[in-house]
This record gives sequence, C-alpha cells and structure tokens, in this order.
Amino acid sequence: MSEVPRLDTVAVAQNSPDTPQPYAELGMAKDEYERVREILGRRPTSAELAIYSVMWSEHCSYKSSKVHLRQFGEKAPESDALLVGMGENAGVVDVGDGRAVTFKIESHNHPSYVEPHQGAATGVGGIVRDILTMGARPVAVMDALRFGPADADDTKRVLPGVVSGISFYGNCLGLPNIGGEIGFGAGYIGNPLVNALCVGVMKHEDIKLAQAPGPGNKVVLFGSTTGPDGIGGASVLASATFDDESHAKRPSVQVGDPFMEKLLIECSLELFAKDMVVGIQDLGAAGVSCATTELAAGGTGGMRIELDLVPLRDPRLTPEEILMSESQERMMAIVEPSKMDDFLAICDKWQILATEIGEVTDVTPEEAERGGRLVMTWRGETVVDMPPRTASDEGPVYERPYARPTSQDALQADDAGALPRPTTDAELREQLLRVLGAPGVGDPTWVTRQYDSYVRGDTVVSTPHDSGMIRIADDSHRGVALSTDGNGRFTRLDPYVGTQLAYAEAYRNVATTGARPLAVTNCLNFGSPEDPGVMWQFAESTRGLADACQTLGTPVTGGNVSFYNQTGDVAINPTPVIGVLGVIDDVRTRLKSAFGTEGARVFLLGETRPEFGGSAWADTVHGHLGGLPPRVDLAAEAALGEVLVTSAERGLAEAAHDLSDGGLGVALAESALRGGLGVRVTVSTDAFTALFSESGARAIVAVAPGGEEAFVALAAEHGVPVEQIGTVGGGSLSVTHPGGAVEIPLTELRASYEAALPALMGDV
Amino acid sequence: MTRSVLMTARVGVVTFPGSLDDKDAARAVALAGAEPVSLWHGDADLKGVDAVVLPGGFSYGDYLRCGAIARFAPLMSELVPAARSGALPVLGICNGFQILCESHLLPGALTRNSSLRFVNREQRLRVENTSTAWTGDYTEGQEILVVLKSGEGSYVADEATLDELEAADRVVVRYADANPNGSRRGIAGITNEHGNVVGLMPHPEHAVEALTGPSTEGLGFFTSILAHLAARTPAGV
Repeated sequence: MSEVPRLDTVAVAQNSPDTPQPYAELGMAKDEYERVREILGRRPTSAELAIYSVMWSEHCSYKSSKVHLRQFGEKAPESDALLVGMGENAGVVDVGDGRAVTFKIESHNHPSYVEPHQGAATGVGGIVRDILTMGARPVAVMDALRFGPADADDTKRVLPGVVSGISFYGNCLGLPNIGGEIGFGAGYIGNPLVNALCVGVMKHEDIKLAQAPGPGNKVVLFGSTTGPDGIGGASVLASATFDDESHAKRPSVQVGDPFMEKLLIECSLELFAKDMVVGIQDLGAAGVSCATTELAAGGTGGMRIELDLVPLRDPRLTPEEILMSESQERMMAIVEPSKMDDFLAICDKWQILATEIGEVTDVTPEEAERGGRLVMTWRGETVVDMPPRTASDEGPVYERPYARPTSQDALQADDAGALPRPTTDAELREQLLRVLGAPGVGDPTWVTRQYDSYVRGDTVVSTPHDSGMIRIADDSHRGVALSTDGNGRFTRLDPYVGTQLAYAEAYRNVATTGARPLAVTNCLNFGSPEDPGVMWQFAESTRGLADACQTLGTPVTGGNVSFYNQTGDVAINPTPVIGVLGVIDDVRTRLKSAFGTEGARVFLLGETRPEFGGSAWADTVHGHLGGLPPRVDLAAEAALGEVLVTSAERGLAEAAHDLSDGGLGVALAESALRGGLGVRVTVSTDAFTALFSESGARAIVAVAPGGEEAFVALAAEHGVPVEQIGTVGGGSLSVTHPGGAVEIPLTELRASYEAALPALMGDV
Repeated sequence: MTRSVLMTARVGVVTFPGSLDDKDAARAVALAGAEPVSLWHGDADLKGVDAVVLPGGFSYGDYLRCGAIARFAPLMSELVPAARSGALPVLGICNGFQILCESHLLPGALTRNSSLRFVNREQRLRVENTSTAWTGDYTEGQEILVVLKSGEGSYVADEATLDELEAADRVVVRYADANPNGSRRGIAGITNEHGNVVGLMPHPEHAVEALTGPSTEGLGFFTSILAHLAARTPAGV
C-alpha cells in the first residue's frame, strides 16, 4: 500500500483516485460513498468524507425516517398559529399579543448510557441552543426519562447520574424545570431514554433562521473552543491519515459547561436585540460540518472557511476532527462587515470568544445548480470543495422494509382482562397501594427535588401537576402549558393506537390545567430501523400521530427520531414521547390537581370501560404485557378538553386531574395527597374496573358546592359523560362499591406513594 | 443627596456572569414598591442606590468555591467598604449569601448539602431577628414559607463563631422544621454587627406572588428595607 500523504487536499484527492477510504468505519454504506464520488466527480478528501459521513448519518439526515415523517407535513391541519414549521431548528407558534413560542424535544439516549451525568447534561444544553437559535429566550425545560427496572443495579448507576446531569446543567443555566415524566421497564436497561424539551419565547419579528445570505458577510464562530470531545468516528480518519501518537482513545461523550452556555444565551440575545446577525446556527451534532453546510445551503450557497482559524483547546486536532467535533456551547453567526466591531464588543462584554473564520461567497449559476460551493482551506491548502446542499439537504433517503411481526398476534391475544383480579376488599386495597407505589407511578420527588422549578419567577404550574405552565410576559397574564407523555407498553401492544394514546394524554394534561392545546413536538424512540418489525412499529406510530394531529387540529412543529435503542436483537418497547403545547389567556385561572376544599364535589368525566391491556395494574401486579391497549377516541378527547378548559375559564372547577397510569384509584389518591385532604367516593360498577381501568378521555374535577348544576350542564353541552362520584374531606381515601368498601388513611397512601424511589436510591 | 421620603427608594440588583435570580429579585423589589436598578458586576459604580441585593445563581459557574470569584468583581470594590461601615444595606440571597461570606462581610461559609444533592423545596423559616435592615416588617418568632433551592447551602462556622452569632442575636432566620442541608444549628441566614448586611440561603424573592410562589411571606424582606430607608431619611430634608 502506498504511503498516504499527511494532508489530504483536493489536489491530492484528484491525483489519487484509488486511495482506499474508511467510509465503512464511519458508518457509510458503499453506495453512499459511491454517490459522494459521483457528486464530487472524484474521491472525497478525508475532510469531505468526514462532512458527508456525519451529515448523512441517521442522526443528522433522518434517512430512514424521512419518508414517514413527511406525513406530519402532508396531513398538517390548517393552523394560523404556525409561524415556522418543520425543518428549522425548532417550530414557532403564534400565541397572541404579537408573541411567539418555540419548543422542541430531543433525545440524548446513547450518551446518557455511556456517561449518564454528562450525557444528560449536554442533552439539555443542546436543546436549549436549538431554541436560542430561533431567536427566542429559553424560559423552561422538561424531560422525559426511561430507565431499566428500578431495582436493577445499572439503574442505580444511570438514574442518579442522569438526574444529577440535568440538575447540574439546567439549574446552572437558570431555566426552571417544570415537568416531564419518568418510567421504568426491562427493555430500557441498556437503553435509557433521556429526552429533553425546551421552550422559548420571543416576539414575532425576532424569529431567526439558519441562513447565510449576502456575499461578503462574515462567518463568525463564537462560544467555546473546539476540542476533541464527541468526535467518535473521526479518530478512524485520523488513524487512516496520520501515523498515530495522540488520537487513540478520545471521549466520544461531550462534556458540558453550563456557565458558558448561560453566557452564550445572554450574549446571543443581546446580539439579536441589537440586530447584529443575519443568520445563526448552533453547533450540535456534526458541529462545524453541520453549521457551515446548513448555513450555506440556506443562503447564497457559497461559503469560504479557513479551518485553521477555528480556536482549539487542543492544537493537535486535524481538519477532520475539527469538522466532526461536538464540543458544546458553540454558535455560528453570519455578520455584516460593518457590524463586526459592535458584534465583537458585545461578545467581549459577556467574555465570549468570537472568531471570524470565513465569509459568504457568491456562486455561479452552474455552481448553484450543483448545490452551491463550500470551500475550506487548511494552512492555505484547499481540503474541502463541495456543494453544501448535497450534504445538508440531499442526503440518502431509504424506504426501509417493514412488516408487522408475526408475534404481534400472540401478544395481542394474551388478554390482560383474563388475569386474576382482586376478589376481596383486602386484595383490592393491597393492589391499589402497590400500584400507587410502583416506581413509574409513584412520587417522582426524589428526581424533581433536584431541579430548580422556581427560577425566573414565572412558573405557574409544575411537577407533579398535569402540565408545566409558565407566564410568558410581564405585561400580560398569558401563559403556555406543556406536557410530555409516552407509554411504551401501549405502543408495544399497538403502535398506532399507543402513539395516539400518548398524544391524547399530553393533550388532556394540557387541557386539565386550563390551557388550550395548540401544537405538537415529538421524540420518537425506537429500536433498529434495519429490523422490519421495528420499522413497522415506526411506520404505524408516525401514521397514528399524523392522523391524530390532523383530527384534533394541532400541527407537528418539529421533533426528533432516535433509532438503535436496542441491545442485540432486543429493542426497547417503542416509545414515542409526545409533547403538546397549549395556550392559556389568563394564568390566574389555571387548575392544579390538589384537592383544596373540604366539601368540594368530585366528578368523573368520561366513560370507563374494562380496559387493562398494558395498564399499570397488569404491569405492577402481574408483570404482564399483552392484549390490546385502551381504545382511543379523539372526538371524546376534544370534547373533554373543551369541558376542562371552559371549567377553568369560568371558574367552575377548583381542581382537576387527568386519569392515566393506574386509573381512577391512583388519580384520587394523588389529588388527595397533594391537597392533604381525603376523599369519599361511591362507584356504581365493579370496584376493580372503576379503580384500575385505564380508559382514555377521562378526568376528575372538584367543584365547589353550588356549582354542580352548571358543571353538569357544561359537560352535557359537550356530550361528555359525567358522574358525581364523591366529596372531598376526611383523612382517608374511601371507596364504597356495590360489593363492599375500601378505606385507606392518607398516611398509608403517602407511605406507599413516597417510598418507591427513596427505597431504591436513598433518601430524598 | 437630598430626597424626600416620598421619593421611591432605589434598590440595586447586581448581575454577575452566571447570576440567575436577578430578574426575580428585581420583581420582588418592584412589588414591594421600590425602584429596582440593574447593577453590572464589571462597573465599579453603585449608581447611588439606597440598598443592594446580591441575587441567587451560579456566579462564574461556581466551578471554584461558590462566590470565590465574584467577590473580586469591580463592583464589589465599591460595595464592600460601604457595606462594612454599616452605611449600605445589602441582602445576599443564596449565591449572594455565599458571595457575602467569601467577601468576609459575613462570617462562616456555605458547603455542600449533607445529602450531596441539589435540594429544591418549599421551606419554613423562623424569623429570629427583626432588628435588621431587611427584617423589620416581621415579628420575632414568625414562621414564613419560602423556597430553598441550592446544592451548597450547608452553613458552617467554628463553634466560637456560632456562639458569638447566637449571643449577639445575629442569627436572622433558622430552618423551622427538619434541617434540609445540614446547616450548623439550623442556621438559614445571618447578619453583620450593624444589621445592614443580611445573607440567607433560602429565596424570599420566590415567595412574593401567590401565583408563582408557595406564599407571599417572602415579600417582608423587601418591604422591610423600604421602611428602614424611610425611617433613616431625616424628615424635612
């Protein structure tokens, strides 16, 4: 084999067409590599190969999911609220008063398994920069987490690490953590899910896009220096190109610096306010490769970069490593030359390093036709000369084969309704306490106590209530509410229905607190797309979400796909996490889930059917997963939502709580515990179904005496089944049913509810 | 400077790199009826304010000891002598308390919580000294519900210092129920010998609105300073 030259320039590449290149080690298929050669009309330089390999990776290109995700656009409901749709860093929604909100959820699953603390921390950092990049001030975060069984040894490593990472990064950024969810299950043991959501607020005119217009404008990199963290596959290139002394083992998980990110937020917002930038992009996955190709593709198509001007924290980095580095807390701005001095002065005020590394260039019509022209030099020699759009927008698209697994029939035939049910009041009581204390159902305080929920002073509702709600301006009472939900068990049993149920639950949670659902984000966590069974789950799941959003008029504004959440052949339960954003005109009308007044009447809204497939009861009491998930009825969800929102607006209700994991029994216990007041209810059907069914489109509402008639009339007006089931008061949860009665003192409920996580992880 | 007591008191809120609860402190100042004035760490200029709040947050990321870098900010070179002399009322909340200790305006130090984890919770406090510039609107022994949110909130000092603080009635607030972070003698906040400098770990500025806080019982710190400033302005000047 011939000697490989030290610097793989374009000229070298032209003259050495047969040099073997490590495309396979970089995760590229042979035909993808061939396509790069075709685009360039020669073999790529190793720097170009670095760019294409990361930009065409599953994570950046959505090559396996794209054909399915298109439905979110094709089936998007008419909505005047959508100001920026999918494809940008995050969608932007009009919330009235000239204000807009941008929100998105993103996964950081794999890094959080390798190094839980830093993996989760940088997950928060990444999504916050996405929101900032749209021109918005980030105002709150949430997170959806899944772990292996709570008592598994590795969960005791991963869970505390993930929580401390989110706590460390989010708290230090000064963003309130206003909600989220936590779940446990066998499949997540080597594949924890860490999905971080951020929401930001801006005025309509402040929206920023990832684009680089105006030849002659400067390309500025600002924020942290570039180091060898997160480069993963780049070392393959390095070792193929260089004799190696230094590149052996480098961390592939990024390390977060929340203080730098806080400065970057304040600095960027000041730059935006003073109109210093014409285009902006954050550096996340694929770092400089992604920012340069996307900015150029979104602008003239032309850009020239001097890679050796990138400030490094390790001077030994090669051009390929610089291109692939995922060092955190970096942004790239396009700045008019006349504003450079002011731009740099603002960065200096915030002690942020800013470096001009290139400029926007013009392209010829021929170059534009080919996808633009991005040129990068290294110490005066050209190492990249490629059409940027071919990397950013024209990556491969796969129609992966998919097929319903044959095992699905047997799974669905294994009806949870046939499981042994409690036959005595003593068993009913014991099982209710067990479900209430199950790690995924019980008190999440061990986790949430480590998060700052108060900072910024605008948190109106937060954990453990149904949604997180924040006031968005000092001069109005307007607010937004957010909820994320996902149920891997339901989605495993029926991916289409399960995804709709997750969406319905998030929709319901938002409405329960008094906000009107408006828009949707999603984080789709699945196994390997190369497995046709997993791909079938994915196809069904996306179809379910697109259909549901179309039916209820809430557009999908953006989201994220995480594949390859599996160990060997065993994939996680498909876990689409759906985030719903709602708007409330007056946050003072918001509803919380705590019972607040002795004597308040408790109503159950919605229809209860004997539905136990995938329920918390089946999982906790029997370790069973089988049958069909609850039926989904979107019209009923919409009607219920109207009743809940109107109740809040008119002041008819004083507390409301959605029914989901665990069913009515758990919901009553939670509302009682949160308010420190008991509740006495009477159910007319069999107690087991009443307490443990997980039928959708249901909620409990507490109404002050005297308001019953108006409330019942409101429910009737919307065709929502309503039943007065009891009264708030006393010191216990008491349930009278046709066959007997169960009474559990609050102290006993509390002991079960609060014990789950501390028993495993140590005291709160 | 001659100002009528009817003129609004001006209360500065300092922003260090990494300050987080500065906006919240300014809101509490405004709700109490004073004018919040933003002060920048890098300017050695107190802008003639009547009192100063050092807000919560993670100044300089607190990667070193909390508050250890902030004490060297240019603004602190103006603030420290004025506060030490008893002339300038200063309230340090959370990171602000840590900065006051690092600046030696208050004795002792804040160390990692005994749980070794960040703690965010509603917290009951007992007000033990109502003669400071910041607590005059409370009654002695009054219990108030505010927010505690910190990772390094465990107050420590040597026994002699603790004895001295207690003997001189310089413990301003104490944790009213279980000690949440291992602070010596349940101390949540202290004052200097003049009563003008007060530092506490919990956040009274997050208990000023019923909508967002666990109570409105933290507002007393901010109304107290107004009353204090009004009382000390000579009548008719």
